[in-house]
Amino acid sequence: MSMNRREFLKIAGISTVLGIGGITAASGLRKNLVEASQVKPSSGALKAKRWAMVIDMSKFKTDDDYQRCIDACHRAHNVPNISNPKQEVKWLWKETYEHAFPGQEDEYLSEEIKHLPFLVLCNHCTNPPCVRVCPTKATFKRNDGIVMMDMHRCIGCRFCMAACPYGARSFNFKDPRKLDPGLEKNLEFPTRTKGVVEKCTLCYERLAEGLEPACVEASKGGLIFGDLEDPDSEVRKVLSLNYSFRRRPELGTQPGVYYILGGKE
Amino acid sequence: MYNGGKIIIGIIIFVGLVTFPLWSNMGKIEVKPDPKTDTAEIMKLPENERVCVEATTFMKKEHMQLLNDWRDWVVRDGETIYVNATGKEYTMSLQKTCMKCHSNKTKFCDVCHNYADVKPYCWDCHIAPKEKEI
Repeated sequence: MSMNRREFLKIAGISTVLGIGGITAASGLRKNLVEASQVKPSSGALKAKRWAMVIDMSKFKTDDDYQRCIDACHRAHNVPNISNPKQEVKWLWKETYEHAFPGQEDEYLSEEIKHLPFLVLCNHCTNPPCVRVCPTKATFKRNDGIVMMDMHRCIGCRFCMAACPYGARSFNFKDPRKLDPGLEKNLEFPTRTKGVVEKCTLCYERLAEGLEPACVEASKGGLIFGDLEDPDSEVRKVLSLNYSFRRRPELGTQPGVYYILGGKE
Repeated sequence: MYNGGKIIIGIIIFVGLVTFPLWSNMGKIEVKPDPKTDTAEIMKLPENERVCVEATTFMKKEHMQLLNDWRDWVVRDGETIYVNATGKEYTMSLQKTCMKCHSNKTKFCDVCHNYADVKPYCWDCHIAPKEKEI
């Protein structure tokens, strides 16, 4: 069959149009199936412009005051209890003053402060260095200030652990389910797997249900949680009445966790 | 033909190896998977409410895409409620929504996944419901 240039161009043109049209029509049909539906945040969710926490150290007197908060957090999130300190995983834990506030330990620090364990967790920084270094955006900052972890995306490179100046991140060197057989305590929350980094997520899953973070609920007033940008919020009230300090402010990360020595009612 | 014997034996061995999957499965009856949707939780519901978040045909074909969308919406966008094509609302959660009805992971998820030899890694982290029977 012989074909002149004019016929060839006609056929080529028609088939291009058909091809492009066909692809768009097909993908349009496919999309409609899902796009008939929509998503929204739950109506009862707690919302804020900038979530923050104040830790009132005067409310932490006995060992149980600390342990209650830590247990509530670790139970709610199936955090494994691993005895080997090189592999331990922690979201909320106790730290001595000199470790929590390095560079601020004076030679003649009062005995009380020197030996007082401070409750520490992810600071949910305004300028989180972990988010800057994450190559997959597995860790990211939400609009409400929470520094989130997307375990589905984490490739376990541990850049974030190197970047975090607070040591708030833990790596799963081994399958946590094998290291801690009694791990699955909360059947409504996942565990983690080998090779991902984990940390406190400020109970984003509880906030969506209208509940305060598990540690705040268990603390009996020792932990105060609220919106830093709302002048009438509980955290702002407490901060306006007390001298507060944060961990390593000189780094400019702007932590969202404040400490007060408290004692004033 | 030079070395004819060796070549023919070689060809026979080669053909045998290449067709190994065919003759090794010959005679075996491959049963098509039949995911069970008759869990106690589903049977408890009245007949007209025994529907998934979307139509069954859609779920069969697109559940992997739907679950992928759900996880991004929840984890990355902070949206937690899914409104389906008929306007009904569901909490987007594998453990709290999907597996509450489909509490039979081995007879629902695994039968097809094993048949198709796909290995989704959902259960490395997500906790599968405890299955009671037998």
